[in-house]
Amino acid sequence: MRFYLDHAATTEVRAVAREAMQPYLGDTFANPSGVHTAAQRAKNAMEEARERAAALLGVSRPLEIVFTGGGTEADNLAVAGAALADGRRGGVVTTAIEHEAVLETATFLRTLGCPVTVVGVDSKGSVDPAQVAAVTDQETAVVSVMAANNELGTIEPVREIADAVRAENDRALVHTDAVQAFVSEAITVESTGADLVALAAHKFGGPKGVGLLYVRDGITLEPVIHGGGQELGRRSGTHNVAGIVGMVAAMEEAVAMRSRFRSEVGGARDRFEDELRRAVPDVEVNGDLDHRLVQHSHVRIPGIANETLLIRLDQAGVAAAAGSACQSGAIEISHVLEALGFTPEAAGECVRFSFGWGQTVTDGELAAKAVAGVVEALR
Amino acid sequence: MTRALVAMSGGVDSSVAAALMLEAGYDVVGVTLKQWEGPGGEMPVAGCCTVGDAEDARRAAAQLDVPYYVLDYVDEFRTEVVDRFGASYAAGKTPNPCIECNRRVRFKALLERTDELGCDVLVTGHHARIRTDADGSHHLLKAVDGAKDQSYVLHMLDQATLGRIRLPVGEMPKSEVRERAAALGLRTAAKPDSQDLCFVGHGNYRTFIRDHFPDVATPGPIVDMEGEVVGAHDGAVDFTIGQRKGLGVTFGEPRYVVDVDAPSATVTIGRKEDLEVGGCLVDDVSFIAGSPPADPKVEVKVRYRATPVAGSIRLSDGRWEVSFDRPQRAIAPGQSAVFYRGDEVLGGGTIATVVR
Repeated sequence: MRFYLDHAATTEVRAVAREAMQPYLGDTFANPSGVHTAAQRAKNAMEEARERAAALLGVSRPLEIVFTGGGTEADNLAVAGAALADGRRGGVVTTAIEHEAVLETATFLRTLGCPVTVVGVDSKGSVDPAQVAAVTDQETAVVSVMAANNELGTIEPVREIADAVRAENDRALVHTDAVQAFVSEAITVESTGADLVALAAHKFGGPKGVGLLYVRDGITLEPVIHGGGQELGRRSGTHNVAGIVGMVAAMEEAVAMRSRFRSEVGGARDRFEDELRRAVPDVEVNGDLDHRLVQHSHVRIPGIANETLLIRLDQAGVAAAAGSACQSGAIEISHVLEALGFTPEAAGECVRFSFGWGQTVTDGELAAKAVAGVVEALR
Repeated sequence: MTRALVAMSGGVDSSVAAALMLEAGYDVVGVTLKQWEGPGGEMPVAGCCTVGDAEDARRAAAQLDVPYYVLDYVDEFRTEVVDRFGASYAAGKTPNPCIECNRRVRFKALLERTDELGCDVLVTGHHARIRTDADGSHHLLKAVDGAKDQSYVLHMLDQATLGRIRLPVGEMPKSEVRERAAALGLRTAAKPDSQDLCFVGHGNYRTFIRDHFPDVATPGPIVDMEGEVVGAHDGAVDFTIGQRKGLGVTFGEPRYVVDVDAPSATVTIGRKEDLEVGGCLVDDVSFIAGSPPADPKVEVKVRYRATPVAGSIRLSDGRWEVSFDRPQRAIAPGQSAVFYRGDEVLGGGTIATVVR
């Protein structure tokens, strides 16, 4: 039996998305920026997708949705676009557990002269709103805090953070990377209180290479990709019409089925952890267990190097992940676990299992047994 | 035995080694050791052991439809190979880091993990052969392709290790290895053999040493055989015994580096005949069979590219001493002296000092 427990890395493109994309890979292939009828048809499909995406995020103005080439691009546009808007070198406040798409953008902005402050987290990976507010000042252009961490699954109090930030500086923009959270958490503009929200299609059953950024009406962002001026100049480049349509189809289904996802996939994860704890009593489950994405299980198995464990799990048919793989494929020490205060040794014993659509409590139980079998063989 | 862990460098030999193990009926798991990294933790982009090589290995594994992983050996490689390399240069010697890598990383740290990675044997693309007698004792032999023979860098292997490793490409000429690779459509088929030290890449290894081990670059005098100062140098690291070029001093006839004394940073130069030595003392000696041969007459190879020469070995005050039948030139401490009898490797060790 094979268990794909790496849905946090990416998901299968759902049938509804694949079907929705087909016409735009075939007959309706035209560039939506054109004048002719064929272009208008593609443009119409894209704008309809924009309206539907806006509705799903609780947004009244569809043009507040900017289509991008994925989550990383959406984060770059949000953070760099806000910090550099109007020719400024605005301040950036973010956290130590953000995705590299945010952290590396912040590092780049620092080289351009933007003041950057990175706030730490507690041992569960939770961000304290008061701490974020305390480092927000009049120079702060953007505060970026993820809706949920992509490794641990810890859910961050973005709404409270947004309120606390605005109490300090009501001109500071609040960005949230909701890439990992959207599939299982009721993410809307209202629920996050954010001015900028990034999503990536492939985390919720859409295709890779397409995402979106919600940009609150009235906000001017400095574009990070320059060219033909598509997306009102906010993201140049020929539109990925099929990808956009596929993303929104997957997004609609994800929202419609979210409560079922939470009970079914969450049930699979819970059974997995129960069974794993029973079979491997010294397993440690990381993250904030009271505020955690239902599909994530991030564990430390003391005494077993994750590099070895992942290879043996792969041989046993279990696909899991640890830290982030670098370009060569070697496992890098996770900056997230470092931020939580893990020693390199402890971090090197952590593995992430992430569940997804179609997986049941039976899968959770069998997968845990497979993991326990490998752990036993290695001990 | 069913599953083979194949150390894949991204070159043609290890790619074909993986294919040969598949043909022999093994399940194959390909791995590349990440041994060296840039300041940001990235794999080097130039030279050997690069992202490109890992990618070649990964693609070859995919073509063979076998799982492939990159294993992080950066810490082990730095302490066990690169730091020793620098320390050896600092001691005025001429180290062979490939031998330390084989001794301490590839056939030790990686071999020790073969079990936990779910594998039964470890396979590399080295050109050498293993023969096993009916009684279970193992012999290490030169490769079928003498020009590509790598048995020199495997002289430290012991019986237990030889029982757990396989060297399938040593059984065929290099031309056949390339033909096999081409027939399998492996993208590594025409890839040139790597000549560089993996962690130095295409750069000059002396520049690498100066950058990473600045203490070894102490300036000092160049003296002749009588001890007269005839010049000065910027660091003993720039000199290897037998070296003729780059001495910075000229005489009527060629001069060669005869000795490098690290503590005093003194480089001694002399005539060609001054390079001749009768023997050498060898440390860290091991024998493939587990014990020394009864007959002390052996052939000795003193550098990777040297031709073995006749000599004899004996234990003298607890140290192994090699006596050459005829004087030999340019014996460099730090290199390995490997003992052969015909095609068979008997053992070897690291040259400590020459005996004039």
